[in-house]
Amino acid sequence: MLAVRNLTYTYDNAVTLRYPDFSCAREETLLITGRSGCGKTTLLHILGGLINNYKGEVCIDDLLISGQSTQLQNRKMGIIFQHSHFIKGLTVRDNILVAVKRDKYKFLPVFSEDLGIAHLLNKFPSQLSQGEKQRVGIARALIGHPMVLLADEPTSSLDDENTDAVLSLLREQATIYHSALIIVSHDDRIKKALNSHIELT
Amino acid sequence: MIIKLIFANLRYKWLSTLLSWILLLFGVAIISLLWTLQQQLEHKFDNELKNIDLVVGAKGSPLQLVLSAVYHVDAPTGNINEIEAARLTHNPMIEWSIPLAYGDNYKGYSIVGTTLKYIINENGRLANGRIFQEPMEAVIGSNVKASEGLEIGSTFLGTHGQDEHGHQHKGLPYKVVGILKPAGTMADNLILTDIATVRLIHEHHDIDDKDEDEGKQVETEITALLIKFRSPMGMMTFPRTINQTTNMQAAVPTLEINRLMGLIGIGIDTLQYVALAIMMMAGLSVFISLLNRLKERKYELALLRSLGYSRLQLFLIVISEAMLLSFAGFLSGVAVSRLGLILLNYQSNTNFKFYISVISKGEIILLGITLLIGLVASLIPALTIYWLNISKILSDE
Repeated sequence: MLAVRNLTYTYDNAVTLRYPDFSCAREETLLITGRSGCGKTTLLHILGGLINNYKGEVCIDDLLISGQSTQLQNRKMGIIFQHSHFIKGLTVRDNILVAVKRDKYKFLPVFSEDLGIAHLLNKFPSQLSQGEKQRVGIARALIGHPMVLLADEPTSSLDDENTDAVLSLLREQATIYHSALIIVSHDDRIKKALNSHIELT
Repeated sequence: MIIKLIFANLRYKWLSTLLSWILLLFGVAIISLLWTLQQQLEHKFDNELKNIDLVVGAKGSPLQLVLSAVYHVDAPTGNINEIEAARLTHNPMIEWSIPLAYGDNYKGYSIVGTTLKYIINENGRLANGRIFQEPMEAVIGSNVKASEGLEIGSTFLGTHGQDEHGHQHKGLPYKVVGILKPAGTMADNLILTDIATVRLIHEHHDIDDKDEDEGKQVETEITALLIKFRSPMGMMTFPRTINQTTNMQAAVPTLEINRLMGLIGIGIDTLQYVALAIMMMAGLSVFISLLNRLKERKYELALLRSLGYSRLQLFLIVISEAMLLSFAGFLSGVAVSRLGLILLNYQSNTNFKFYISVISKGEIILLGITLLIGLVASLIPALTIYWLNISKILSDE
């Protein structure tokens, strides 16, 4: 599903990050760990198409995405950010639907039911708790049925109970929609729960 | 969803949206109102000037003479001797002349004693009834009929002077014998009768108040004379001759009105600059509120980029916000300006009514200016979208 080869990224014309080759199949979960500043989030942003000026190959479904436009990549990717960002003027419903075209709107009831956010749809982001925001962020990433689901520290602001819930939710959803799930985290609670993991140095 | 985004942003910062909108509204309303007033005043004045080259009346202010004899919005300067006036009209340079006797009103509408020629010159056509033939018979303009509800056969009493609360000429009622069609000229707002009638009223008036107007030979006087020359040559010498050799004065309406418009123009220009300054402030307010929001907006914009919205789409969203605001400001501004005109019409003296159009040519230009202000104000904030470092913004707290 997703494969990375010879990936390097240089920023500020000085610091070069080198990433090991790795791949992740459908319905598989890959955990990427590493100390702060080793380029975890940068890797996720490269995979998510937010950064384009990298060297090396990133393939999705055996297709090289290097040369493709950001927009096309994004249709195949769902990103869950560490700090959930929302459009403040839109309701939770519209904050989720903003990620997809009209033909996908029909999936909203199912998702909101599954993620337990059905009662929040008419609220505004500022009225949500941290855990609720995280779940809305997950709904927004999932509603486009991405081939690859990318999660950046999805549990950093959650307690143990919620961490388990979110983690199983992510894996469950990835399985239902046959997505590859890549989690970037330094959370030991996740390390314990997952077996395949890459450590960046 | 893009439209939803535009409205969501405007609604989220509703206070600064409201401020920008109100500033735009007032700028547009003031400019539009001023333009309409100026245009229609000029049009109205010019319309009446087409046919009248010279006004002869009693000595006094030439502007007053023109305003009273041509537009019936001022008191007459006095009376002139009819025989003396008639002597002038024998001049071969004169194509025609119309005598006027006025100074009374009915509920603010001037009562003018004149000849059939005046009605023809003012494009008056009878809607029904006939022209005045006997003393005390009157033909009324369309606006007089509409607002006072006079019909053929109705009678009414005139009031002395320009003010509707003046001394009433009791005992001599006018009788309506004809009603004119709307002509778009002064005739719409006048009550027309023959000169003999006006004279009859004032003979009666003199018997009424013997202490006033003593020694005046009322029966041989008129108030003013409207003159049209055969060629512009007449205007060169004729007015001077009258002013120097008689105790009458000749005033050229075109000159007097140009002088008046020049004076009004200074005031209108100043107000226009004020209105333009208000609109500039509106533009600045849009600019500052967009720029202010950009810091917190950049997360939203970066997020949208990460969700697959293109730079152009986001650029258009920001521009559209400002344009939408400008357009709303323009529409409501024009609406307020129209409301102002309706109020003015309602309040103003009956002799001037403003025509209320849906939109004028000047306002289309104004729309352009308003949209341009919106565009310029939003351009810089919108362009910053092209320099957003999405990855950096989204990984920042």
